[in-house]
Amino acid sequence: MGKEINIIHSTAVPLNIENVDTDQIIPARFLKATSREGFGKNLFRDWRFANDDENQPKSDFVLNNPTYSGKILIAAKNFGCGSSREHAAWAIKDAGFDVVVSSFFADIFKNNALNNFLLPVTVSDDFLQKLFAAAEKDPSVVIEVNLQEQSISIAGTSDRENFDINSYKKTCLLNGYDDIDYLISMREEIEAFEKQNVPA
Amino acid sequence: MGKTLFEKIWERHVVKTIDGGPSVLYIDKHFIHEVTSPQAFNGLNKRGIKVFRPQQVVATADHNVPTLNQHLPIQEELSRRQVEALHKNCAEHGIELYGLGHRYQGIVHVIGPELGITQPGMTIVCGDSHTSTHGAFGSIAFGIGTSEVEMVMATQCLMQSMPKLMRINIEGKLKPGVVSKDIVLYILSKITASGATGYAVEFAGSAIRELSMEARMTICNMSIEMGARCGMIAPDVTTINYIKGREFAPKGEEWNEQLKYWKSLFTDSDAVFDKEITLVAEDIEPMITYGTNPGMGIGVSGHVPALNEVEENEKVSFQKSINYMGLQAGAPIKGQKVDYVFIGSCTNSRIEDLRMVASFVKGKQKASDVEVWVVPGSKQVEKQAKEEGIDRVFEEAGFLLRQPGCSACLGMNEDKIPAGKYCISTSNRNFEGRQGPNARTFLASPLTAALAAITGKVGDVREYYHENVEM
Ligand code: SF4
Repeated sequence: MGKEINIIHSTAVPLNIENVDTDQIIPARFLKATSREGFGKNLFRDWRFANDDENQPKSDFVLNNPTYSGKILIAAKNFGCGSSREHAAWAIKDAGFDVVVSSFFADIFKNNALNNFLLPVTVSDDFLQKLFAAAEKDPSVVIEVNLQEQSISIAGTSDRENFDINSYKKTCLLNGYDDIDYLISMREEIEAFEKQNVPA
Repeated sequence: MGKTLFEKIWERHVVKTIDGGPSVLYIDKHFIHEVTSPQAFNGLNKRGIKVFRPQQVVATADHNVPTLNQHLPIQEELSRRQVEALHKNCAEHGIELYGLGHRYQGIVHVIGPELGITQPGMTIVCGDSHTSTHGAFGSIAFGIGTSEVEMVMATQCLMQSMPKLMRINIEGKLKPGVVSKDIVLYILSKITASGATGYAVEFAGSAIRELSMEARMTICNMSIEMGARCGMIAPDVTTINYIKGREFAPKGEEWNEQLKYWKSLFTDSDAVFDKEITLVAEDIEPMITYGTNPGMGIGVSGHVPALNEVEENEKVSFQKSINYMGLQAGAPIKGQKVDYVFIGSCTNSRIEDLRMVASFVKGKQKASDVEVWVVPGSKQVEKQAKEEGIDRVFEEAGFLLRQPGCSACLGMNEDKIPAGKYCISTSNRNFEGRQGPNARTFLASPLTAALAAITGKVGDVREYYHENVEM
């Protein structure tokens, strides 16, 4: 299906703000679509533009800074808190990111990201600071994320860290499997379960 | 070793556990609304499958609906299309829909409990993070993303990993003027907006036991603001009395059967939590937030933290936050001007909330430079408020009683707070732009909001507690 992810080798965009909530990632007024596509253009809408006007980009916001680009978003602690809107994960993926790195993710966001083949990588506070420092010092620095090995490293340095991921989820991501396919394949078992446990 | 309330319900719902992975968890009730369901229905349609157990799904329109003139077609085109899509999808898949104009329509987390659909010992999900509200009945209830909405529609199951378990005890007796919203804002101010991430939280202790069902819902509602996977309170006689006789509550023999199950739903005395916190009810004062996440709360007699009270590594975020709010570090919060008062949302829009506000404002007038919106949580709440004459109290005070919906809680419809204005709000999120681009939100209890409506300022309701206020 072409959704699989394994090795991502890319420059990164450093977003050094804590507690980024999903209302910032994609404000509620952009949730009126009935399809999954096209949310990327409104990613961080109110941080990117003054007065909700695309002709007034805020030059101090990192996503408007042309020196930064890449498939990896480096985020600060407690990323993705707040609303369960999956639109947040869609917007980040749609804007071209495959990985978000943080020292701490909100639960629902993490699930939503995984379900959309957007890899959330949780690193230590120390390593996160190293990533920010490296990217801020040299925007062309390359970060390598290796899902198979569960490692993240800064190219040209010895800075490297391993990250945790649920082994089931890892298999899904490496192979492009969706939870829903698995669950649908279990429908008979689910029916048998229902017969024994009359739903409350 | 004994079991926790969470474990008892969880184990009953595990269809299967994958080696080294998550469990397949059976879901009893699935609530859906217009904003997070269309892409899930599209997914099913693409696969050519129908909703697996439509009778376990309940739909309503709440997030983007207008709160005035609900009898007219929705003006805003995208909102209208989203609501129309919900109607079409529910009809095609045989799902009960309480849409605009229906006597049961309302905010999804208000209608589930009030109709008796939400019951102890269930697993409940919805594509909305405040699904945690339903945990007040002693159920496992949590918010999910749209991909998961699709999974539940397709199979009535979800893949879930067992969270860690935390218990938060509130012991003692609340002081007059302090209500359940203050409890939860107080907990948040102590443990921060990420203090319970990765945990399922059980709220317990004598102060929680004393609370009404609706007050308990306010607390569980905001457990997601601590990052918790879900919040829950063990069912007791308060819970059972609340459910009895409601529209979809079990009746007759079935009631007796369920009652047996519900009575087994408590944490055993020797059960173990990964983390346990105890707070003292007497320490809690009326709370208000000053910042841009719900963990940034203080007592109304307190002050915005001074810079030297903020941890070094949090200074940048703190400064950004109070700049957004237009507040000064170290300044007292009491006396702060407000422009709008919003009484509504799935946190505080139930009949008890409206009664509380009405008993405070009765015979008083709103401040002339404040706009006050009261948005009932559901058609049933609206109806009851009218039957009790609460609507007239509001009218005489100069408050505008609108129609049910999420409204200014998230500003998805036209109910937005203008840029730069201050709104004291009974909702659950004070994020930047939540109530409208550049709107500034103070989260507080319905009582503290009612006081601000009358005086135009942040004040301390304890100075008025001798008045006959229902709390
Ligand atoms: S009232 Fe607010 S928090 Fe509650 S469901 Fe609606 S938008 Fe979400």
